[in-house]
Amino acid sequence: MKTLADLRAVKEKAKQEMAMREQSAKYRISVAMGTCGIAAGARNVMSAILDEISKRGIQDAAVSQTGCLGCCDQEPLVQVTGADNNTITYSKVSPETARQIIADHVQAGRVVSEHVFNMG
Amino acid sequence: MRELALNILDIVMNSVEAGASRIIVAIDERASANRLCVRIRDNGRGMNEEMVQRVLDPFVTTRTTRSVGMGLSMLRQIARQCGGDLTIRSQPGRGTLVTTMFQLDSLNRPPIGDMAESIVNLILGSLDVHFFYAHKTDAGSFTFDSFWLFGRMAERNCQIVEMTSPAKKYIKEKLKSIASKAIGSA
Ligand SMILES: Nc1ncnc2c1ncn2[C@@H]1O[C@H](COP(=O)(O)OP(=O)(O)OP(=O)(O)O)[C@@H](O)[C@H]1O
Ligand SMILES: [Mg+2]
Repeated sequence: MKTLADLRAVKEKAKQEMAMREQSAKYRISVAMGTCGIAAGARNVMSAILDEISKRGIQDAAVSQTGCLGCCDQEPLVQVTGADNNTITYSKVSPETARQIIADHVQAGRVVSEHVFNMG
Repeated sequence: MRELALNILDIVMNSVEAGASRIIVAIDERASANRLCVRIRDNGRGMNEEMVQRVLDPFVTTRTTRSVGMGLSMLRQIARQCGGDLTIRSQPGRGTLVTTMFQLDSLNRPPIGDMAESIVNLILGSLDVHFFYAHKTDAGSFTFDSFWLFGRMAERNCQIVEMTSPAKKYIKEKLKSIASKAIGSA
């Protein structure tokens, strides 16, 4: 059984690691989780992304969720931001496409062009 | 949406977007009282009285991305179709409590669905938020704290994403052990 102080220390350490990872992450991946995104399947897209990153042992990617991006008919939307702060938006992302984005874009550095959406 | 776990994910996202650092999801399934109660509490920016009144109108949102908000009004509609209701208590600067009730045996009630997926994805997508999930049935109760993930991560010396599937499995097993035979929650 861990004491409360232990837990707090664990949490602080984890938080610091997270902050460091966030800063050093080569890719930041964000899944839109407004009502529209969730209704279109964003939860399973998120699951696929987490699973694929874990399976591939990718170290330099940070995942987060955001609200609605305003393109509800294009959901689920996934954005990938590189170290150069350039953001690519993918639309109508299925769990399979999400896995492909992780494999091709995040791991191999190749944008999955057939699913790129131009937000204008 | 076909599962309440998706509506819950959606309502919790409001809390995340309200800047909460602590979010509690409490589900109480009482076959004995024919009642299902879902409470979502956060310490985010909150809303004033007038906003609380207006927020259940689907044409109200503070989103700048579109002119309608759907999450709360949709869930209220579902709850009302199930002989229940959705109520909001909020205080600016302090936080918000969204309570949703359903008649457990209502034929219109969507299944609770996959809470493990919703909760674990929420934790992984907002690592700086402290999440707490409590689930009670007539058969017992289960609580899950997002600390669990960090603790295990430290023990295994692994990345947090690698805890996704063990955490989902753990929650699913625990929920199964308290599933009330009367309704079958998934
Ligand atoms: N927990 C909360 N704390 C503070 N404000 C909230 C909270 N929940 C909802 N609100 C306010 O109520 C509004 C309406 O919420 P609702 O979920 O119905 O729609 P939305 O989040 O704006 O859009 P959608 O859910 O359709 O993506 C939000 O825009 C927000 O301003
Ligand atoms: Mg919402």
